[in-house]
Amino acid sequence: MTRGHALLRDRRAVIGLGILSVLVFVALLAPLLAPMDPNAQPDILRTRFLAPLSAGPDGTMHWLGTDRFGRDILSRLMYGSRISLTVGVLSVAVSVVLGCAVGIAAAVGGGWIERALMAVTDTVLAMPRLVVLLALVALWEPSLLLVVLVLGLTGWMGIARLARAEVKGILARPYLDAARALGVSGPRLMWRHLLPNTMTPVIVAAALAVGNAITLESGLSFLGIGVPPPAPSWGSMIATGRDALVHAPWIATFPGIAIVLAVVATNLIGDSVRDVLDPTTRTAGVDRG
Amino acid sequence: MLHKALRRLAIGFGLVLAVVTITFLLINLAPGEPARLWVAPGATEAELENTRRVLGLDRPLPARYVAWLGDFVRGDWGTSIAQQRPVVRILGGALPHTLLLSGGSLLLTYLVGVVVGAFQAAKRRTAWDTTLTVGNLVIFGMPAYWLAIMLVLTFAYAGARYGWPVWLQFPAMGVASLDADFLTPWGRVIDRLRHLALPLVTLSLIGIAGTSRFVRGAVLETRGQAFVNAARARGLPRLAIEGRYVIRNALLPIITLLGLSLPALFSGTVFVEVIFAWPGMGREIVTAVGARDYPVVMATTAIFAVLVVAGNLLADVLYAVADPRIRERPA
Repeated sequence: MTRGHALLRDRRAVIGLGILSVLVFVALLAPLLAPMDPNAQPDILRTRFLAPLSAGPDGTMHWLGTDRFGRDILSRLMYGSRISLTVGVLSVAVSVVLGCAVGIAAAVGGGWIERALMAVTDTVLAMPRLVVLLALVALWEPSLLLVVLVLGLTGWMGIARLARAEVKGILARPYLDAARALGVSGPRLMWRHLLPNTMTPVIVAAALAVGNAITLESGLSFLGIGVPPPAPSWGSMIATGRDALVHAPWIATFPGIAIVLAVVATNLIGDSVRDVLDPTTRTAGVDRG
Repeated sequence: MLHKALRRLAIGFGLVLAVVTITFLLINLAPGEPARLWVAPGATEAELENTRRVLGLDRPLPARYVAWLGDFVRGDWGTSIAQQRPVVRILGGALPHTLLLSGGSLLLTYLVGVVVGAFQAAKRRTAWDTTLTVGNLVIFGMPAYWLAIMLVLTFAYAGARYGWPVWLQFPAMGVASLDADFLTPWGRVIDRLRHLALPLVTLSLIGIAGTSRFVRGAVLETRGQAFVNAARARGLPRLAIEGRYVIRNALLPIITLLGLSLPALFSGTVFVEVIFAWPGMGREIVTAVGARDYPVVMATTAIFAVLVVAGNLLADVLYAVADPRIRERPA
């Protein structure tokens, strides 16, 4: 049985992949699927604070209601998925590249290089991430790119530690010596033998990190220092809804459900990939379902 | 043993120093002119220049760093630009609130989390286990600030609107009621606890979800190991096996988790304090960051770094206490 089959036999992976595909689908086709322009404010007095399942003055259905500017929440949610997924995937990509570079360099370099790199890793790890994020994002001009970079640059440490541990483990194995004895060159050794074999735990950590990055982005946007308005970030939608919690609770509720769905999906996939790819958890007979 | 402890302490000290140095650099290299925050809008260039000189901002960065570090170590953390109060006094007032909230949540998280996780492992593959697993997954996926808002919506607003019993209604913000001074001493305690309820539950629920997920896995993994089978083969009673062999070994990695979960806990605290207007460090730093109040940002970062490092040291010590293999291994 291939790993792909094993993954598809796992209910968690199927549910996670299902939710994620819907999100990706919606994000890609947002302009086609969304009932209206996410930033349109048609008739502010008559279309604001419409409850879910109510029609606007022009007869258009607002499935999830409108916010205090009369903007359609379903449309904003759909466009918002673009921001969340972009930030989640790109920032984790930054973390993975940086983390692997640091981790592999430390493991291969050894000696003082390893000690220095790991000291840096531990230092950044000791910094309370949100506090650093707050300081960085608030002091520089907010933008989508900044959020991606800052999340990526503060999220690589766990991956660096994993990559280092994996590479050290593999360096000690005889097959690498065998490859070297057969005359395999350095770069080829790296790409063909070292990287593919260190990737398993890194992929798992990356999947889990995507959910974390989505939560953090929404949090920064909630505090008003993430992706700048009027972009419909789920976090800033919740912030708008918080001010109208008493008479329009739906505004804050729906974006939160969207975040939970996205995070649960990535966590399910991460958990499942870990159990499928990591043979030790299978031989130990552990069922993390 | 003592040598090792001192070494760990030195490393921890170095970490804190590195964190504050990096923060200092980040803040000072960021665009924006701190001197502008001190002068009135429309100040002339000469006045700006004068302000820079008075504040010592005209000196080169290394000199400023050394001066700042010297003051900082001696306990002179400067004056808040936004509030014009000594930073020490601001944070001195805020720290106990944060410690109460995060400490209480840490306690609840591990007490309840371990019990729930062990319960799930014991009832593996039953409806109980499935329900709790799904619940954990969903709660663990919630942003702390959204969970907080939903709890406010339910227990503060809906509770008041639909006339729920008083013990199911909780205040949505602050640490005490406005009229708290007129209450009896006992009434004041109740009032405080009622205000603590929603913030504490928000933080703890997410923590419990994460911990019980972890504990469930750890217990099941331990139960599959050879020494447990050996104990079973020797005919030890089930309770002894579970208590002395499984739980004790399964709890070891949880101590490490304790150290590692602190940064996440403090992140959660920041959001929860903002939502519930809880006058702690998290709310202080969000306000300070918004107002570019550099001295407060620096000091708060330093305190959070100290707490994280101290938490990790504590976890190391606990680990050595709990696991003789670590304790007796030569340094």
